[in-house]
Amino acid sequence: MNKLILKALTKSINVYHAACSPCNNCDIEILDCLTPRYDLERFGMTLVGSIRHADAMLVTGVPNMKTAKRIKLVYEQMPKPAVVIAIGSCACGGNLFRNSYNFVKPLDEIIPVNAYVTGCPPKPEAMIMGVVKLIKALKAG
Amino acid sequence: MTTLYNILIFPGFLFAALIGMLASYIDRKVTARIHWRKGPPLLQPVYDFVKLMGKEIIVPAETSALAFLSAPFFGLSAVTVVSVIVWKGLIQPQGSFVGDLIVVVYLLTIPSIACIIGGFASNNPLASLGASREMKLILSYEMPFLLSILVPVIKSESIRIGDIVSYQLVNGAVLHSYAGVLAFISGVLCVQAKLSIAPFDIPEAEQEIIAGPAIEYSGLPLGIFKLTKWMMLFVVPSFLVAIFMPAVTVWGNLLRYAAILVIIILIKNTNPRVRIDQAVRFFWTWVSAIALLAVILALVGL
Ligand code: SF4
Repeated sequence: MNKLILKALTKSINVYHAACSPCNNCDIEILDCLTPRYDLERFGMTLVGSIRHADAMLVTGVPNMKTAKRIKLVYEQMPKPAVVIAIGSCACGGNLFRNSYNFVKPLDEIIPVNAYVTGCPPKPEAMIMGVVKLIKALKAG
Repeated sequence: MTTLYNILIFPGFLFAALIGMLASYIDRKVTARIHWRKGPPLLQPVYDFVKLMGKEIIVPAETSALAFLSAPFFGLSAVTVVSVIVWKGLIQPQGSFVGDLIVVVYLLTIPSIACIIGGFASNNPLASLGASREMKLILSYEMPFLLSILVPVIKSESIRIGDIVSYQLVNGAVLHSYAGVLAFISGVLCVQAKLSIAPFDIPEAEQEIIAGPAIEYSGLPLGIFKLTKWMMLFVVPSFLVAIFMPAVTVWGNLLRYAAILVIIILIKNTNPRVRIDQAVRFFWTWVSAIALLAVILALVGL
């Protein structure tokens, strides 16, 4: 039974896009994944607007004083089992903002992060590769 | 025993669910092809549903958990019963009971009402907005829908789906008359709104109010909501098949259902979403006028 649900989960990932004060470039690249050239829907992935429908949260940007609390709140509202993917160097480790006055702490110290996709911004190919690696890791247990 | 078989397997729950899933797959695939994308795999609706069964169910704070969790199941059971009545009428026209047309019309509003109850029970401003839009939409399309159903009733002088079907099998489809064509046009537009797909997907307008009434749902109740939608996509157009152009065999009926599905998908992909006031005005003037004309034509016998 659990195996069946895991298979269904990896075949139908609903993605929620949480912008945690990015520069907006990563967000545009995420939207690129849905365009005809990359078409994530052929893997069953769709972008949803409500965190309650999400299986994966894509976080972009640096957590700062205002967004750090809120990203935690949003993460807690997501129905489990679910994964978090950090998109872009900002979410992975702060990028060039890591010494900034309002940088709180890296994203993975606030919420658990399952996959990191680096790049500033990462290419859509890189994001797809990140998701594929994550799916493989999930299937392996 | 046969009743249970009818309700649970054929032509009830399982039959409607499977064909509904197939219809929703066709809908997504055709939409993707129109965008020059590849689209989802065939089993996508099954994956979606099974996945949702394994997810956590979250009930919002300060709400009635009973109303919130039971609303999707009301919609599902109503659609199942409609599927049984309509397909029973199509397969063996003598077997239906008097007045089942009226029962079907009432039962078809229950999924929308379940949507409204669930939306208001979600304790979320966007869900309430979606629910109130759904309510306005019901008020706008229900009258033209009833008017267009009146045409087959006048032609066959009966309110039994079985009689309407057997009348058409003997005397030719209602669609072959002027009144029938006009009633069918207004009927398809009302079905578009009943299924709340574009251009009348106002209650769940993704870009404005995210998912409307379903916004707070997760896990199994969300899956039931989706399943109800897929089954509606099968059951409501097949109701139109029954009252406008039934065929003798099951395959013929399914083929005609597929034709209506194609019309619905084409309308969906070629029209942008309208505002709720535009939708109400459209249904209360143009669609009602067409349906009224159809009723008058049917009364004079055209
Ligand atoms: S990683 Fe680069 S592109 Fe992405 S949000 Fe940060 S600065 Fe912008």
